[in-house]
Amino acid sequence: MDPFETLSAVAVPLEQANVNTDQIFPARMIKKPRAVGYAQFTFHDIRRDDAGALRDDFPLNQDKYRDARILVAGVNFGCGSSREGAVYTLLDSGFRVVIAPSFGDIFAANCLKNGLLTITLPEATVADLRKEISAAAAPRLTVNLEAEEITRPSGETLAFEAEPFQKHCLLNGLNEIDLSLEFAAEIDAFEQAHRARLPWLAVEEG
Amino acid sequence: MGTEAPKTIFDRIWESHVITRRDDGESLIYIDRLLLQENSFHAFDKIRRENRKVRNPGQAFAFADHYVPTRDRARGLDAIADPEIRNMVELIEADTRAYDITLFGLGDIRQGILHVVGPEQGITQPGLVIAGADSHTSTHGALGAYAFGIGSSEVAHVLAVQGLWRPRPKTMLVDVVDPLPAGTTAKDLILAIIARIGAGGAVGHVIEYAGPGITGLSVEERMTVCNMSIEAGARAGLVSPDDKVFDYVKGRPYAPRGEDWERALAYWRSLPSAPGAAYDRRVEITGGEVAPMVTWGTSPDQALAVTGRVPDPAAEGDADERRRMERALTYMDLRPGQDLRAIAVDRVFIGSCTNSRIEDLRAAAAVAKGRQARVPAMVVPGSGLIKRQAEEEGLHEIFLGAGFEWREPGCSMCVAINGDGLQPGERCASTSNRNFEGRQGRGGRTHLMSPAMAAAAAVTGHLSDVRDLLAEG
Ligand code: SF4
Repeated sequence: MDPFETLSAVAVPLEQANVNTDQIFPARMIKKPRAVGYAQFTFHDIRRDDAGALRDDFPLNQDKYRDARILVAGVNFGCGSSREGAVYTLLDSGFRVVIAPSFGDIFAANCLKNGLLTITLPEATVADLRKEISAAAAPRLTVNLEAEEITRPSGETLAFEAEPFQKHCLLNGLNEIDLSLEFAAEIDAFEQAHRARLPWLAVEEG
Repeated sequence: MGTEAPKTIFDRIWESHVITRRDDGESLIYIDRLLLQENSFHAFDKIRRENRKVRNPGQAFAFADHYVPTRDRARGLDAIADPEIRNMVELIEADTRAYDITLFGLGDIRQGILHVVGPEQGITQPGLVIAGADSHTSTHGALGAYAFGIGSSEVAHVLAVQGLWRPRPKTMLVDVVDPLPAGTTAKDLILAIIARIGAGGAVGHVIEYAGPGITGLSVEERMTVCNMSIEAGARAGLVSPDDKVFDYVKGRPYAPRGEDWERALAYWRSLPSAPGAAYDRRVEITGGEVAPMVTWGTSPDQALAVTGRVPDPAAEGDADERRRMERALTYMDLRPGQDLRAIAVDRVFIGSCTNSRIEDLRAAAAVAKGRQARVPAMVVPGSGLIKRQAEEEGLHEIFLGAGFEWREPGCSMCVAINGDGLQPGERCASTSNRNFEGRQGRGGRTHLMSPAMAAAAAVTGHLSDVRDLLAEG
């Protein structure tokens, strides 16, 4: 995982609430190997009309947002299916940050594992940010994870709170499995005691 | 003694599974069982790429369900024409072989949907922590387990570590204070609960369902309720186990036996939430007021009693909510004020991990019996064993006689990635769990409901109040 450096990039607003992972990455694409590049699938069905042509009213299709790397979304973004493809597709499209009032639980966990920073801010603040981005000629935000600060198009700054462990992993590009395996001795000891207490846990088919 | 605060079942399971805690408050939680499906290939890729060992292959179970064909099973893999779909079924076979993990695969009579087969095989037991490569893993909470869905990176993490880092979730008690009225089912109850708390209403919480409206349900019906916890934003939902659960588990292939059974039982009896235990939130539901439900929109919380009318966004005060309703009505091609029972359907799907167990099939068959389907309808049992049982009971003959299709087990048209799916614009009465845009096929329109209600839609050709049909006899 690449360490997260301060990111200054185009931000794209997405008004809709409860955008689910089927909308971010349709189920029928899951079977594609990652090697094909998932960028082509990002918001596939909602950014196109029935004939497959890009819809002008979908923000990501507008020139102004073409190089967006920051997504400013609505409440409960990423709800629904646990498919991690929803995160891969955003990453493959260049996104490194999603800002929303709240996230689907599993989606947020998947983001963390893959170095996609999720920032949770109050609903009114996010709505305001979306409005400012839509109105700005240069819709850029700067996200400084170290300082936990977003610089808005107006130049004003906005504080956010990063979860300390997430921050540590992202800033250092750490692999979570390696970190967890540092607890191997604790895991062994726990497992032994757990199995002694609940001996039927040993898996056997009768 | 006696001074400890009363605990919930969730408190007990959580506290008995903490391996260690980190400074930031997250705990490494021991995972007793890991459930995998074809989409887990990303996790195996990660394990391979990072050259990891699978710590306890015996604690992982894999299921071929999302991509399997529901017809022509005698031909095995050859029944899958699309090479990409076939590849998914082949991958789970190869990956589980490589890492020595039990697979309930194509050609195995026990094969079926992971959330149906896990309990059916006794893999799911009270007090366990179960992680599944699928958001509806919450289903297993019906037996008193803490069970939740995870993405592929976390699947890889569990394969390598046998644990997961988690902040302690909050708890929400959904207290169903009285039993359901005749003619309504567990599916109607959970749709009513989701409509009440909203699609994101339980984010960050584990829901415990309790009260006479829950204890009166069978274990299978509780699975239907716990299954859809995720549609209210909760990652897990559970029910304190009782004798119904213990009887359900007893004698199943992976259930403890002999002396182990007695020890397990004593432990399981210590799990239920104590009276007076504290929850972060409480919601009270009047079970007696629940009517047969259908969804009208594109989110499971957009549900109403079938006797109602399509709601009018203009009457909604909140601007965001109004936009969401308008968008849903446009997608669903419905008008405000329309009688829900006047909505004609093109197809009917009875199946999915929400409603494909034997009781579901019996309920649908009771409505189909002696009637004729007016639109194409398919019944997809949740597992090979359920299919066999249904055939022993003669349910397949009722369905076939009524013009329904009788298919082989799998996820099928719940997620429409095995080739079964809706055409653009088609409207479906479905017993599955998600009515998202495009969920059952691009441009497809889904109305969620119970198996009896779906069967009623099949024989009338439109959304119908099943109670009217049952009254006719
Ligand atoms: S039946 Fe549907 S919801 Fe259940 S596991 Fe399969 S795809 Fe997921």
